[in-house]
Amino acid sequence: MTSAVDEAGLEAHFEATIAHKDRIEPRDWMPEKYRRTLVRQIAQHAHSEIIGMQPEGNWISRAPSLRRKAILLAKVQDEAGHGLYLYSATETLGVTRTELTERLISGAQKYSSIFNYPTLSYADVGTIGWLVDGAAICNQVPLCRTSFGPYGRAMIRICKEESFHQRQGYELLMTMMRGTDEQRAMVQESVDRFWWPSLMMFGPPDEASPNTAQSMAWGIKTHTNDELRRRFVDMTVPQAEALGVTLPDPDLAWNEERQAHDFGEVDWDEFWKVVGGDGPCNAQRVAHRKKAWDDGAWVREAATAFARKQEETADHGGAPTTPTTSAGPASRTAEEETA
Amino acid sequence: MTDEVRAEWPLYEVFVRGKRGLNHVHVGSLHAPDGALALRHARDVYTRRNEGVSIWVVRSDAIAASSPDEKDPLFAPSGDKVYRHPTFYSIPENVPHM
Repeated sequence: MTSAVDEAGLEAHFEATIAHKDRIEPRDWMPEKYRRTLVRQIAQHAHSEIIGMQPEGNWISRAPSLRRKAILLAKVQDEAGHGLYLYSATETLGVTRTELTERLISGAQKYSSIFNYPTLSYADVGTIGWLVDGAAICNQVPLCRTSFGPYGRAMIRICKEESFHQRQGYELLMTMMRGTDEQRAMVQESVDRFWWPSLMMFGPPDEASPNTAQSMAWGIKTHTNDELRRRFVDMTVPQAEALGVTLPDPDLAWNEERQAHDFGEVDWDEFWKVVGGDGPCNAQRVAHRKKAWDDGAWVREAATAFARKQEETADHGGAPTTPTTSAGPASRTAEEETA
Repeated sequence: MTDEVRAEWPLYEVFVRGKRGLNHVHVGSLHAPDGALALRHARDVYTRRNEGVSIWVVRSDAIAASSPDEKDPLFAPSGDKVYRHPTFYSIPENVPHM
């Protein structure tokens, strides 16, 4: 039983670890609110990767060449991998994978509002890589140093792979910009649709983000939403110029005094509307995820039944029906190394 | 949905040898119904870009781990044995290769 005195001691130890910029690991004591904040944030991040497969997956069967199709397949597969890294990190906080999937499907947990916008043209594959993954990188690079160990380690893996995502998108758009007038118009139209939703990816403005101060004190976040949004604008403007597209913001201008860009106000009414479930594709995204989960139930069930049967056969001294289950990790590795 | 599905696939920890000559290093975890499928999933999830030449998977519940609570008593015995480190011994500057 933990007395109040013990609790104070544990909390002091936790605070000292954070103050030293040391990492918190899953079995360490942590305040309940720290745990809840992390579950909410990492789960939302994981759900975003999983739902994020849908808008681009929409174009896999219609990619214009085998090269583009292979790239897009690899990218969407990466998003699945990123979701899995992050679900694993969330599970170290004491929630199960099934609970997380159910909370996504029930709407109890959110995902990034950007994925509720449709991909209407193939140019959107490029724009998502450039702007959406670009914004994600901006958000995620500081998270590699977040205070919770498993989250930071997942972010390091993800950031290594995101760079491919952004570059393939930008290269796709550059290729289209070297094409016909019609292709250039497609790129501009796509950028016009995705620019503002990309800025919304950084979350509400600082004054409307009540969790930010506590998250920064705990070392979960290291920058505010508005800081990261400004950084993204400054990084993106020269990329837009090099590409030859305009960003749809009449107030966007270089401010010599601040050595940074001024830009217009995001339509926060639209942001809250989409977060609240009333975006163009919210219902479709969740329905698709639910269908995949339901349709996959028999596979999960069959694999579980097969594994159980193999185990029972092995327990009774009988030879397993396939050699793979009798070879544990150690013997398998030995085989590889002597091969 | 049956209870069998509701009960999750067990958790496996994944260790990858980056290249020959290096140790297997823990890279993360995943769910799988058995060891064989855990290896396949580990290949897809953790080695999409030549990150490894060999993978181990082990059920998480098979790992015995030290507890954070006993960290101090567990590691304390090495704390006061400074004579186990080479810097404990002062050797004159003019003695080479030591």
